[in-house]
Amino acid sequence: MTMQNVGRPTRPQAATQSGHTSLTGARGLLQDEALIFELGGWDKTGVDLAPGDHDASDLGDLVRAAPIGLPGLSEPEAVRHYVRLSQKNHAIDLALYPLGSCTMKHNPRLNEKMARLAGFADLHPLAPQSTVQGALALMDRLAHWLKTLTGMPAVALSPKAGAHGELCGLLAIRAAHEANGQGHRRTVLVPTSAHGTNPATAAFVGYSVVEIAQTDDGRVDITDLAAKLSPDVAAIMVTNPNTCGLFERDVIEIGRLTHEAGAYFYCDGANFNAIVGRVRPGDLGVDAMHINLHKTFSTPHGGGGPGAGPVVLSAALAPFAPAPWVVAGEGGFKLVEETTDEAAQGFGRMSAFHGQMGMFVRAYAYMLSHGSDGLRQVAEDAVLNANYIKAKLSPVMTPAFPDGPCMHEALFDDTWLEGTDITTLDFAKAMIDEGFHPMTMYFPLVVHGAMLIEPTETESKLELDRFCDALTALAQAAKGGDVERFKGAPYLAPLRRLDETQAARKPRLTWRPDDKGVSPAPLAAE
Amino acid sequence: MRYLPLTPADRAEMLATIGVGTIDDLFSDVPEAARRRDLFDLPLHAGELEVERELSGLAAMNRPAGAGPFFCGAGAYRHHVPATVDHIIQRSEFLTSYTPYQPEIAQGTLQVLFEFQTQVAALTGLDVANASMYDGSTACAEAVMMSQRVTRRKKAVLSGGLHPQYAATTQTIAHAEGMDIVRQPAAIDAEAAVLNAIDAETACVVVQTPNVFGVVTDVTKIAEAAHAAGALLIVVTTEAVSYGLLKSPGEMGADIAVAEGQSIGNGLNFGGPYVGLFACREKLVRQMPGRLCGETVDAEGRRGFVLTLSTREQHIRREKATSNICTNSGLCALAFTIHLSLLGERGLRELAALNHSKARELRDALAAVPGVEILTPRFFNEFAIRLKGDAAAVVEALLADGVVAGVPFSRLNPHAGMDDVLLVSATETTTSEHIQAFASALAGRTA
Repeated sequence: MTMQNVGRPTRPQAATQSGHTSLTGARGLLQDEALIFELGGWDKTGVDLAPGDHDASDLGDLVRAAPIGLPGLSEPEAVRHYVRLSQKNHAIDLALYPLGSCTMKHNPRLNEKMARLAGFADLHPLAPQSTVQGALALMDRLAHWLKTLTGMPAVALSPKAGAHGELCGLLAIRAAHEANGQGHRRTVLVPTSAHGTNPATAAFVGYSVVEIAQTDDGRVDITDLAAKLSPDVAAIMVTNPNTCGLFERDVIEIGRLTHEAGAYFYCDGANFNAIVGRVRPGDLGVDAMHINLHKTFSTPHGGGGPGAGPVVLSAALAPFAPAPWVVAGEGGFKLVEETTDEAAQGFGRMSAFHGQMGMFVRAYAYMLSHGSDGLRQVAEDAVLNANYIKAKLSPVMTPAFPDGPCMHEALFDDTWLEGTDITTLDFAKAMIDEGFHPMTMYFPLVVHGAMLIEPTETESKLELDRFCDALTALAQAAKGGDVERFKGAPYLAPLRRLDETQAARKPRLTWRPDDKGVSPAPLAAE
Repeated sequence: MRYLPLTPADRAEMLATIGVGTIDDLFSDVPEAARRRDLFDLPLHAGELEVERELSGLAAMNRPAGAGPFFCGAGAYRHHVPATVDHIIQRSEFLTSYTPYQPEIAQGTLQVLFEFQTQVAALTGLDVANASMYDGSTACAEAVMMSQRVTRRKKAVLSGGLHPQYAATTQTIAHAEGMDIVRQPAAIDAEAAVLNAIDAETACVVVQTPNVFGVVTDVTKIAEAAHAAGALLIVVTTEAVSYGLLKSPGEMGADIAVAEGQSIGNGLNFGGPYVGLFACREKLVRQMPGRLCGETVDAEGRRGFVLTLSTREQHIRREKATSNICTNSGLCALAFTIHLSLLGERGLRELAALNHSKARELRDALAAVPGVEILTPRFFNEFAIRLKGDAAAVVEALLADGVVAGVPFSRLNPHAGMDDVLLVSATETTTSEHIQAFASALAGRTA
């Protein structure tokens, strides 16, 4: 979810060259790869198409005349271009990827294979429903698993990511209030530790956001919550386990107070991985919760999506679910696509079509592979791994909440860096030189210089030990005064620290012919 | 369990390091009443073989689009995707990486996004594009909300040629944000009607071309009328391949162009994941939703790319963000950009011409069928026909002939009184044999 949250772009110090440099800009076998616009293929194509009859006279002057400005690459050039670029990325498949709140776990390749079966991948969303019964059955079974695992009676599958799910949940809440004559409620309560998407979503739906204070032990301040719950409050949005990696001990009381005030309890389910198979949000009083299939159920993050964010709903909110949904009937499964017919209360539609089917297939394959026993083990190992890291690093770093166990992620503050002239950002960048992706930094906002480490359950003890050894060595270097190791880091990555300030001040968001490299030649005559 | 590396011995050793006796001690903060001690009522774990068997069984219950004559479009299109595309997007470094927040170790993804943004800007004829939205419909909703931020007005006029599910999505989401959404009635040639709805309260006009009935429209006059009233023109395209043949939205005066990018690089996938394209004029860039990738330099002066202008975004601005979007469609954008790089200008133009040619062949074949009326005067690769009788019933009947005839308009909008209208589409994957099979089956059913 939320990463480098320092609030303003950073700018590197003027750096000295890091040792040996090549003559060409390459770093060993890592090529300095140009942009496709500089590779010169203005009249080239890597696709052989059957010759067609190119008569567009029926379209008259609706036909494009001027060049578009798209370079083409032959297949070998394209493969090389993208493979070279890929080598400049870190990935879960390379090492532990400890981004707190992001649940970077192993992505099983079986799931990729299943999603590519023609019976799923080559299905048109508007094909006659009698020809897609297997797809509807899969959606129905996925819904059954999600409802069973959360203890909730209904689920809206269509939201396309976590934030889209939050929007879906809040729209259901608003529709329910309106239906119950409570449409005047204008406030949503959000803890200060919340993901940025929570207040953004609430504001999006037109609610004003009021923050709830946090206790010294990292939980919702229930006294403050009780004081702020009023007839004007439509909902609370609480992440549980929360963004400090802690279980909200008073969650049942939070739900009770919320309901007593006539408000609904929205739970951000980003951290469901910590409790899946052991705790059902439905038992905690939750009315709506999105589930990031790309976190708990391991659909690949893909460098920033696609995700999927189905929302489970309580009985109170279920009638307001958006279209479409699947119903099982005598003649098989049916997709209800219009809310006006069979459930007049549905609040509308979150997107065209039916949701992220490709993610549904992967998530369902993941669920079947783990089963009820394996999913419970997922939560247990995720929590065990995080507590192990917390225990191993506590001697050299300062845990933000030292007392008691954490859940699936271990949160440290920057107290231990005091007096070193090294910041959380510097420390994180130095991790790159040691072969690890940085942890989530400066989030949650309630902890100074936060470092949030989420290992997930798919790390071996050996990898955890390697990671802890690397961070321990770095921490000792930091305390030993080896400031340059951190201030200039990373030294060994494909690039050194980037100038974000310059990028924001004068944005260059597209390549332009006069930037550098070759200019597009006019298109050769067809 | 094949995905879980810890052994029982590891777990025991780790619990000892932590200083607790059992795993339950780590869940001690969970209230007693909420602790589930028994396994849930779901199957136990299963091997690859068993999982594959179950999912293959479900897949086999479906009829893939490629199984025979197939003419559905209406916002999702069956195109051939080169094998290279799927190979590259499955590389670990692209597939299993996170959003590129650490630019030093994410230049692969970032350079791809920069190239993607440049390609989308070129296709749409606009200055800047973002790093993708969820899909075309949510991009449309975001564009409408952006027009409110730009104009400080609340009214959005949606043309009756806009895909009904796009209109419903926009109505749901933008209305939630406090906008007044005026949906004009569905009509084949609906675009001219928007001119009368533009007034001094109008934030934006949303026009789709080719529209949901396949009609290609020159929106220049609509742009002029919108601008004269101080409103923005948003042009929606559901078939991105059409950019290869038709005048771009930017050329016709659009302020914002949004599109469904599925057609390029991405399969049908029963509706998702897809990739929303979003482009606009440079002066509007700070009101854009979603991620933007920008060029900069590293500490040694080498060119590099970073996510930028993030002060618009939720993780910095929280309740003041331009959108709540976080995860978008990174991998689908990668597929789009690889396919488009393979096509290049020459390939895209050829592909578009081929699609247009196939659709004309389909039009000619269907026009010869008694009782079929062609409704769309100018089209790219899809058009609407009027049948004698209920289009949905005809589609069901033709399934027996092995033909998936298209999308009945009533499926998208059952209230328009257009139950006899069928939307049909042809692409480069459509063969002359498919077209003949469709025409003769239809002749057999309507005779």
